[in-house]
Amino acid sequence: MLIPCPYCGVRDAQEFSYRGDAMPVRPDPAAPDAEEKFHDYVYLRDNPAGAFKEIWHHSAGCRRWVEVERDTLTHEIKATRFSAEGRRA
Amino acid sequence: MRYSLFNVIVNGLTKNLFAERAWRDPDPRPAYDVLVIGGGGHGLATAYYLAKNHGIANVAVLEKGWIGSGNAGRNTTIFRSNYLLPGNEPFYEHSLKLWEGLEQELNYNVMASQRGIVNLIHSDAQRDAYVRRGNAMRLAGADSELLDAAQVRKLLPFLNYDDARFPIKGGLLQARAGTARHDAVVWGYARGADKLGVDILQNCEVTGFLRGADGAVTGVETVRGPIRAKKVALAVAGSSSRLASKLDLRLPIESFVLQAFVSEAIKPLIPGVFTFGAGHFYISQSDKGGLVFGGDLDGYNSYAQRGNLPVIEDVMEGGMALLPLLGRLRLLRQWAGLCDMSMDGSPIIDIGPLPGLYLNAGWNYGGFKATPASGWCFAHTIARDEPHPLTAAMRLDRFRTGHVIDEKGVGAQPNLH
Repeated sequence: MLIPCPYCGVRDAQEFSYRGDAMPVRPDPAAPDAEEKFHDYVYLRDNPAGAFKEIWHHSAGCRRWVEVERDTLTHEIKATRFSAEGRRA
Repeated sequence: MRYSLFNVIVNGLTKNLFAERAWRDPDPRPAYDVLVIGGGGHGLATAYYLAKNHGIANVAVLEKGWIGSGNAGRNTTIFRSNYLLPGNEPFYEHSLKLWEGLEQELNYNVMASQRGIVNLIHSDAQRDAYVRRGNAMRLAGADSELLDAAQVRKLLPFLNYDDARFPIKGGLLQARAGTARHDAVVWGYARGADKLGVDILQNCEVTGFLRGADGAVTGVETVRGPIRAKKVALAVAGSSSRLASKLDLRLPIESFVLQAFVSEAIKPLIPGVFTFGAGHFYISQSDKGGLVFGGDLDGYNSYAQRGNLPVIEDVMEGGMALLPLLGRLRLLRQWAGLCDMSMDGSPIIDIGPLPGLYLNAGWNYGGFKATPASGWCFAHTIARDEPHPLTAAMRLDRFRTGHVIDEKGVGAQPNLH
């Protein structure tokens, strides 16, 4: 599998480390429903068969965190961008 | 027909014994007491024990393709009970006991062969860990035996003992572990369940669920029409999240692919199963002669049912470090199955989370060995609406309450279990 890094260009997936699903957002620990939110954040996943947004770390390259849009059925990569470019939708 | 030596001889001379169907191919009825979704080993075993142990025979097993076409046909056929934690070990030991009598129980040759498993030890720390594990197994009534290097060498003389980085210092043996024929397990349970009155509905993909006014699950929509049921049970490990999403449920599960490999057939070489303790590699030899082996997951979420080359390279490197003779063999086949990787590396057997729904999921890469006990305990859960004592720790709410069963202690990172 090849991953187009926004900084380094198209590179072998072996250069990247996998973080996983990009959607979970760390909740506010001071919120009144924090316990429920943290259960959701730590454990529950959409785990879709198809379009999926995930985080890879280009650990053997530019060492930036990259958000990858990949199809989990075909492994086709639609788009990549730096995770640092704001919150994903 | 009951299979026996007498029947083989008489029918072999008079007619083709195996020309008869071993189970019926019925049309779906409009309603059942219990629907089991998933015609793999776990689903069929659940249906079998529902009928056998609990007298509930008005049951249908729904399978998208043909029975055994998913993970039941993609595993490496090992059964063992060498787990550490009290939430797991008694369950797997019960499973091993069921394996020991499965052929007599089902009147079907599942080719179960108790040829033993050795987990190799490469360091002092690892020996300590395996001593602890072996003792935990014995506390749960399983068998375990610590081997020193000389004993391992006698059992497996062909290994690379003097590897500079990973010398073999010993092993943990479970002699009652072994291998079985995966298809025969599926067929044996299918035939057994069918005889007790269970309908096995193949090519019957579930496309949605029927819901009552209170949100309760009251049946399923299938490509062969709607079917109503008092109870609907999911046993679709690998695709649990996909079906759960049709009920707007999110599970503590991610899907990954695990690859397996078979070499060309050679004369009997490997007496049982053994695992590399310094990398992730395990191997056994099938009755046909092929070496069956595997290693790590492909490390990213996938439903592709095929693996990628880097993991193949990694598995081969592990194999060559341990068993240099592997380099002289040609690889015959390679494939991948979908694993429900749960957030603590342990399975889920539970009532709910919706009324009328029962969940059997999250088998990680250890579902095959659990097949008999999974069916046994899931049938109990469905029939009595309470968890079986052996799966009391495997409930879905353990993630909410913090009672996770994390054998490796790596936390909620499914690709590391």
